Amino acid sequence: MGARKSIVALVIILAILAIAPLGLPRFYTYLIALIVTTGLLSTSLNFVLGFGGIYQFHHAVFYGAGAYGAAIMISKLGYSGWLGFVVGPLVAAALSFVIGLICVRLSKLYYGMLQISLGSLVWAIVYRWYGFTGGDDGIHGIPMPELVGSPLGAYYFTLIVGGLSLLVMHRILNSPFGSTLQGIRDNAVRSQAVGVNVRRHQLAAVVIAGFFGGVAGVLFVVVDNSVFPDMMFWTLSLEITIMALLGGWLTFLGPMLGAAVTVSLRTFVSGFTDYWTLILGILLVLVILFLPEGLLGYVFEVWKRRTSESAEE
Amino acid sequence: MLQVRNLHKSFGGFKAVNGANLEVADGEIVAVIGPNGAGKTTLFNLITGILSPDGGQVIFKGEDITGLPAHRTCKKGITRSFQVVNIFSRLTVFENVRIAVLSQQGKTFNLFTPSKRLVTDETASILKSVGLIKKKDSVCGALSHGDQKVLEIAIALGGKPQLLILDEPTAGMSPEETARCIDLIKALRNSMGLTILFCEHDMEIVFGIANRIMVMVRGATIIQGVCDEVRCNQAVQDAYLGGSDVCSV
Repeated sequence: MGARKSIVALVIILAILAIAPLGLPRFYTYLIALIVTTGLLSTSLNFVLGFGGIYQFHHAVFYGAGAYGAAIMISKLGYSGWLGFVVGPLVAAALSFVIGLICVRLSKLYYGMLQISLGSLVWAIVYRWYGFTGGDDGIHGIPMPELVGSPLGAYYFTLIVGGLSLLVMHRILNSPFGSTLQGIRDNAVRSQAVGVNVRRHQLAAVVIAGFFGGVAGVLFVVVDNSVFPDMMFWTLSLEITIMALLGGWLTFLGPMLGAAVTVSLRTFVSGFTDYWTLILGILLVLVILFLPEGLLGYVFEVWKRRTSESAEE
Repeated sequence: MLQVRNLHKSFGGFKAVNGANLEVADGEIVAVIGPNGAGKTTLFNLITGILSPDGGQVIFKGEDITGLPAHRTCKKGITRSFQVVNIFSRLTVFENVRIAVLSQQGKTFNLFTPSKRLVTDETASILKSVGLIKKKDSVCGALSHGDQKVLEIAIALGGKPQLLILDEPTAGMSPEETARCIDLIKALRNSMGLTILFCEHDMEIVFGIANRIMVMVRGATIIQGVCDEVRCNQAVQDAYLGGSDVCSV
């Protein structure tokens, strides 16, 4: 749906973001970088949730795995930042493979329940293992390579890596693998009957999603220079699921939009009241009731209706 | 080509398939008939590996494929359509068939070539052969029921089968659609050389296109033979054709 339009929109948005730091205070570039990071995480979740129909309830664990993988490589083991940035997503993908291997035997809700338990187990280990992960303190002041050491460098790095990750995921979703994945989402039995090994494809999808979740984790390390166990706590998984639903889980860029809305709400509304999640909750209820395909899903629907009407006239 | 020997399957205490036997020769059209609940669909699910049998054997081209999962039996050359329309409802007609072709060619793990550039000719030729090419860009949830049933067959053809299994291909079709569907099935056998196994409630269709007929009652095979044999068999008449003498018709 609107594949080319999505790409064009993406390029325009990226161009605007590229020149944004020229006129914006530092606080806003930090905010944008945070939105891109969280949005990438939510998009990677939606890769399996919206396009694969896989109930990945605890996706944030791969965000944490990527971030901790990089942080430990750099701060504890003393490797260079760049190596840490590469290892982080690989750790996330490996963890995703192990958890996926156990979970894909189950379907739908059972998959989700097992996945959330295994993810929480990983969180508990990270939370308790003071010697290696820093326990509930996390790891702070992670030294960065010079290029991304400044706020501006971190901003552009986030933008470039985030943008590339989106492009790659978009490309995969339009490949035969992506078509097959969407086929499995719509009808797993039928997919089997045309010769598709459903579990193997689901496992591959989960590993890819875990990898990009890990990339998002690395971007957070670059932006914030720290990691902490909350990054893989299940409430974050819930938040990014809400972002995907809010923005439109059947659209590619919906989760990014959902992240922009949610992160902005948290930043600006939490200044006035501690109950900002209340506003998020009301917004979510309204979206589910009136725009079941999410904000971006609704925009596309209106767009499609307009173009088909003008074509008929 | 296909031999089914003494197949069994129960669900809980219910014996859905209880001693089914079937023989399909190369190039033949074989029909399975029987009252509702006789176990026809379950039998097809067992052959294609959607379900795995409790006992018995399925032999395809001399090879034991009993209990092989569905995605493997498909690669061996058995594909099927479903009784209740079972398609990828969010995708277009073209995309539905393309998934089957991509899978048949082992391309589903290709991550980076856009699907749009692959297997378009093969997919188009299948849609042409079943007469759906004009509707290729419709989202298939919006097709008429008859067209969806034909799309079922097209998806099954995407797997390049040697044995095509059709589960009540004309169920719910209008008389005109039924006539077209019958022509299609005959054409598939004659021009593409497919072996076809199907089940159907409409006796006119069954006796019209099947070379041989297998009759199932309460999960068991009572006879398999050519049309006249089956029509005149006393057990079949008692169990299925209502006990009246149709032999003289």
